[in-house]
Amino acid sequence: MSVLQALDIGLALLVLAVAVWTIAAAEIFGAVVAYVAYGLLLSIVWVRLFAPDVALTEAAIGSGVTGILLVTSGARLNSAGKASAAAPPRLSLRLSAAALAIVAAAALAGVILTLPDPGPTLAPEARRELAATGLGNPVTAVLIAYRSFDTMLEKIVLLLAVVGVWSVAPDRFWGGAPAPLGRANPQGALVLLEQTLVPLGILVGVHTFWVGADEPGGAFQGGAILAAMWMIVMIARVSEPPSVNSRWLRLALIAGPGVFLVAGVAGLGMAGNFFAYPDGFAKPIILFIEAFMLLTIAATLPVLVAGPPRRSPKP
Amino acid sequence: MSAATLAGLVGSALVGLGLYGLIVDPQPLRKILAFNLIGSGVFLVFGIVARRGAAAGFPFDPVPQAMVITGIVVAFAASALAVALILRLHEETGQVLLDAEPPAERPNEQEAGK
Repeated sequence: MSVLQALDIGLALLVLAVAVWTIAAAEIFGAVVAYVAYGLLLSIVWVRLFAPDVALTEAAIGSGVTGILLVTSGARLNSAGKASAAAPPRLSLRLSAAALAIVAAAALAGVILTLPDPGPTLAPEARRELAATGLGNPVTAVLIAYRSFDTMLEKIVLLLAVVGVWSVAPDRFWGGAPAPLGRANPQGALVLLEQTLVPLGILVGVHTFWVGADEPGGAFQGGAILAAMWMIVMIARVSEPPSVNSRWLRLALIAGPGVFLVAGVAGLGMAGNFFAYPDGFAKPIILFIEAFMLLTIAATLPVLVAGPPRRSPKP
Repeated sequence: MSAATLAGLVGSALVGLGLYGLIVDPQPLRKILAFNLIGSGVFLVFGIVARRGAAAGFPFDPVPQAMVITGIVVAFAASALAVALILRLHEETGQVLLDAEPPAERPNEQEAGK
């Protein structure tokens, strides 16, 4: 057994152990911390699968932003003084759930062990057209060129999620701002972190977006890093979540899908097909679309974490 | 066993674990956590499909990888919506558990007030 194999097995066991802890931890806070650690370990697994783009997304969104969402909402539930003392579920329920889980996992494992060899692939097609897009990163090419319609619709799903989250607000708070993310008096260390990390993080986020054309990275990953920076600023109470009817916020939320859709319709006139890019101009158009997507992702994720408006609108 | 197969088996175990947590734990936030475990397990299974599609000089098939990236973002959006619904439910009813037990078996606040 080579060293790399031993590391793979160790990593697999570690991921599974932390996942078990996520389910078994007594406190919700412990479970969320385990989930964040789990996400980071999982992104190492993604690197081992030669998927650095997915690894970046998993680390930033799957573990980081989801972790913040669950920590803040767990704190909101607990601060209401209703820390749940759940009665343990009945043994029969636990046994049947375990049996169902084992059957599902075994069926999936069976499928994985009997996958056809070699697996079906679209990599040759992706390679053939890559030169026409002017990009070097095939994953970015799939996202913004080959399957651009999917990616545009996915931005609209994000927008629908924002509408859904905002729509659970009580009537009296409509037009107001969400509750602050952090405590009233942030600790000095948090403010120091905000002051030193955020400028650096903004740089890293924009860089991740910019190199995404040719290297691992892109609008999703860079946008998630920028979103994290904005959330740190809000947790340190340097700025507050914006009110839901602020015009610039709404513009930022629709900029990504809007520009994407306009570029798609323009393709109909310029290149003869919906979402086609004219020859030689593919890369600048793709980067243009991605820049607005970066803005939209950086605005949408913190808005989703901040939740529905919880304060009366300012008169 | 290759790293890809191992990762796929980890993915299927994660789906099982998440399914168990989703059914058994009555706390809604932990149901969301468990659901995210299922999700990342499914993504991992899809990841080995991408890895097995290595061809044309790429060590992976970029199409499934791009789908996983969109999937992770959509999973987060769905989690955020679920959290907003739970917090609102808690605000309206004071309830923090999504329990399989029928409500008649526990002292009900509304009935106690009658």
